[in-house]
Amino acid sequence: MPTATSVIQVKGLKKCYGTLTAVDSLDLSIEAGEIFALLGPNGAGKTTTVEILEGYRTRDSGDVSVLGFDPANRGDAANSWRDRIGIVLQDSADGADLTVEESITHFSKYYSKRRDLDHLIQAVGLDEKRKSRVHNLSGGQRRRLDVALGLVGTPELLFLDEPTTGFDPEARRAFWDLIRTLKEDGTTILLTTHYLDEAEALADRVGVIAGGKLIEVATPATLGGREQALATVSWRDHSGVLREESAADPTSILRRLLGDFDGEIPALTVKRPTLEEIYLRMIGESK
Amino acid sequence: MSRVIQALRIGISRGTLEIKQFNRAREAVVFTIAFPVILLFIFGSIFDDEIAPSVTFSQYFVAGMIASGLVNSGFQNLAITIPMERDSGALKRLRGTPMPLASYFIGKSIQVAYSMSLQIVLLLLFGSLFFGLEIPNVGAKWIVFAWIVLLGSLCATVLGIAFSSVPKSGRAASAVVSPIVIILQFFSGVFFVFSQLPGWMQQFAAIFPLKWLTQGMRYVFLPDSFASQEVAGGFELGKIATILVIWTIIGALIALKTFRWMRK
Repeated sequence: MPTATSVIQVKGLKKCYGTLTAVDSLDLSIEAGEIFALLGPNGAGKTTTVEILEGYRTRDSGDVSVLGFDPANRGDAANSWRDRIGIVLQDSADGADLTVEESITHFSKYYSKRRDLDHLIQAVGLDEKRKSRVHNLSGGQRRRLDVALGLVGTPELLFLDEPTTGFDPEARRAFWDLIRTLKEDGTTILLTTHYLDEAEALADRVGVIAGGKLIEVATPATLGGREQALATVSWRDHSGVLREESAADPTSILRRLLGDFDGEIPALTVKRPTLEEIYLRMIGESK
Repeated sequence: MSRVIQALRIGISRGTLEIKQFNRAREAVVFTIAFPVILLFIFGSIFDDEIAPSVTFSQYFVAGMIASGLVNSGFQNLAITIPMERDSGALKRLRGTPMPLASYFIGKSIQVAYSMSLQIVLLLLFGSLFFGLEIPNVGAKWIVFAWIVLLGSLCATVLGIAFSSVPKSGRAASAVVSPIVIILQFFSGVFFVFSQLPGWMQQFAAIFPLKWLTQGMRYVFLPDSFASQEVAGGFELGKIATILVIWTIIGALIALKTFRWMRK
């Protein structure tokens, strides 16, 4: 529901490339202070939608408002608007001959509300690399510099496009913590990611795009009827055969099993569908 | 007004950043700065006979190379590096910030001025030390030199920005742009004496700025008596200025219309 606090409001967005309809009557609203994850397979219209919101692409029809501004506008008003947003793009390979510190210092000059250089470098974990040339950074460090450049102007709204591609698990956790502190500061974040665990860990709400349409918006816990989905209990029975039973109330199965076995129930698991399983099912159904 | 100052301030900051990056990318420094000097030594050493009374080919060649320097550091440099920046995502990133768009071009102009000055100083230095280039001692010649450098580099910069939309990728850019410059150098009186070229070549070259830049530099660096050796029987300074202004306007219009910040 669009409200007075909606940071992003999209109504009936449409974009075609020739005969291909990339985005079709898409509605979306993102509230102040939330982390919203946009999910969808490649070619579903995710990138087109985000690039329209970022002001990179024009639209064919529909209403778009980002921080109360139409991103299709140009000129000085657009620059004041860009002063309030931060964009972290995918696969940038620029500025290779500059140092981390030089890059951040330079980009900070574009903005009116500059973040403190030392804090920012520390927050993205590049303290030891601040004097390193960008071409000497690892893939993950490079990404963290991208994030720093997106944050340097203290944005009210941050676009994060596939931010943790190429991160090792530890770096990914550290990055998630960074995103959570941004949220605590009140930053609204639009995240696109292929990692469903990332969406689950970070997002207040997720939206699934397929075939150019937003097919569902929900919390990670309730997407695709996940909270009502059957849980599966599996265990090994007395003859050593692996058994599996699904139920809305898995506890009842467990009670029964506790009676059946004296001690340990062999190979016991209780599994609820992961966000990824729900997502894959939704994408499969939409085809 | 404050917006103009802001754009200028950020543009200057971009200029210093561009120069820093240029200096650190050693291949680029060698390509744009050392290459013309190496060519000067090769051509100047092979062809040292007189082409007119008290004018050697080496002198003729240095004048042409200084003119080429404007094309190299303006046109060639930008028409290659801007597509590379488009490919690397540098332009897209900038477009997503509140950087005034003019600042980007101010920064580029500063970098062009920097590499061009280095190139001209080196060519003047080596040309006068080893190849009999006479540094003019008349104020009028320096004034002409100044406006040719200013107008010529502005023209080359604008055309470089305009042409930057042509190469499909950063990797293809050098292969598309370099041959154009080399062919123009052959046709425009850099590697050969212009008046000795076939007529169709002269007429073709006369469409483009480089021919006029070399002619202007010959006015500056060759004796006045050489005027009679020019195809038109004179240095045609007025025509040089007119043609450079026309190309600058054409280039600016194309650049405004076609400049792209993103890969297609």
